[in-house]
Amino acid sequence: MSEPVWEVFRQERRGRPFEHAGSVVAPDADFAEAWAREQYGRRGESAALWIVPRDAIRDVESWADEFDLKYRRVDGYSIKARLKEARERAAARAR
Amino acid sequence: MAAVEVPQDAQAFLDYVQGGGQVEATDRLPDEYRVKLVKFIEMHANSELMGVLPEREWILRAPTLQRKLALTAKVQDEVGHAQLIYRIVEDLGKPRGQCLADLVSGKSKFHNVFHYPTRTWGDVGVIAWLVDAAAIISQKALLKCSYAPYARIMKKICWEESFHILHGRDVILAMVTGTPAQFELVQEALNRWWAPLMQFHGNPIPRDEDPMWHWRIKSQGNEEARQQFLEGYVPQIWELGLTVPDPKLRRGDDGVWEYTEPDWDELRSVVTGHGPMTDERLAFRSRFIEQEQWVRDVLAA
Repeated sequence: MSEPVWEVFRQERRGRPFEHAGSVVAPDADFAEAWAREQYGRRGESAALWIVPRDAIRDVESWADEFDLKYRRVDGYSIKARLKEARERAAARAR
Repeated sequence: MAAVEVPQDAQAFLDYVQGGGQVEATDRLPDEYRVKLVKFIEMHANSELMGVLPEREWILRAPTLQRKLALTAKVQDEVGHAQLIYRIVEDLGKPRGQCLADLVSGKSKFHNVFHYPTRTWGDVGVIAWLVDAAAIISQKALLKCSYAPYARIMKKICWEESFHILHGRDVILAMVTGTPAQFELVQEALNRWWAPLMQFHGNPIPRDEDPMWHWRIKSQGNEEARQQFLEGYVPQIWELGLTVPDPKLRRGDDGVWEYTEPDWDELRSVVTGHGPMTDERLAFRSRFIEQEQWVRDVLAA
């Protein structure tokens, strides 16, 4: 296919996130808008559309974690054993 | 947390989709999976495109302006579905032009119900209500398809199909509350459409032997879909005083519907291009593909 592909994102209501809806094939942005309006806005089901040339999308899928960044997340903190020990010590001190 | 990687190994990929995993157009897909996806999705697109022809024949003969507008809108929706679905096929590697060429040459298939004639306005009502109902059962099951781009556009398609069912039901209700002759038109149409409707979801092969279930392209078996159709719609047909033309049809105590074995030879013959309207409709489609070439040329220029 020589014609470019345009990805269409639609927003259901103002303030909501834009979600990927589908794609259209069109020779330029104006035609892409016409097709996208027809497919994703004809019944007033969208508050807004984003129409993006597929080539302009940078796809990021790999999430290397070489530096072990667990300290930035809740699963980086395992407090169960320490909490148990702390409670035991506090109980021992109280006796 | 690290994103779930789509497995490259064939067995691991299969385990991944069978476990409910979904994949994107940019993932590396096993060849066999891609071939199955193209076959299934292309047939779906063909069916949307061919499915408008039985209804299109009645746009000029619709009984009121309101019905004419509604039917035109439905036809527009269905062609739009075909466009969306062919886009998915294109991203999987088969250009739309090739899909259309294979459709008109008879190399690829479309659903059995679109090979039959639309004799009266009663047929239009039965198609919009019951054929669309049967189709929406299959399509809702595709919302969970392992191929995510297809599953996503199915959301929009199911949403539009829900109007179509209501439009069909409204047509039927108007006729069954009309004159005895109008009621009879509906009953006759139901008699004509019942056999194709019962064949629609395919032969009852166990889902584990269905390659489309194997790859989780479909999320339910053929018989499950048919049972869901019977459970949902037979009571609605009966409550209007219509008769379903199958003396064996009954709901068992276990909730499973019993029915006369559909004619699977007829289904096979019809979908392989030997239905009563197959040639005429393909010739029509072919003529329009040629006639509209100038539009594609203008856009490409």
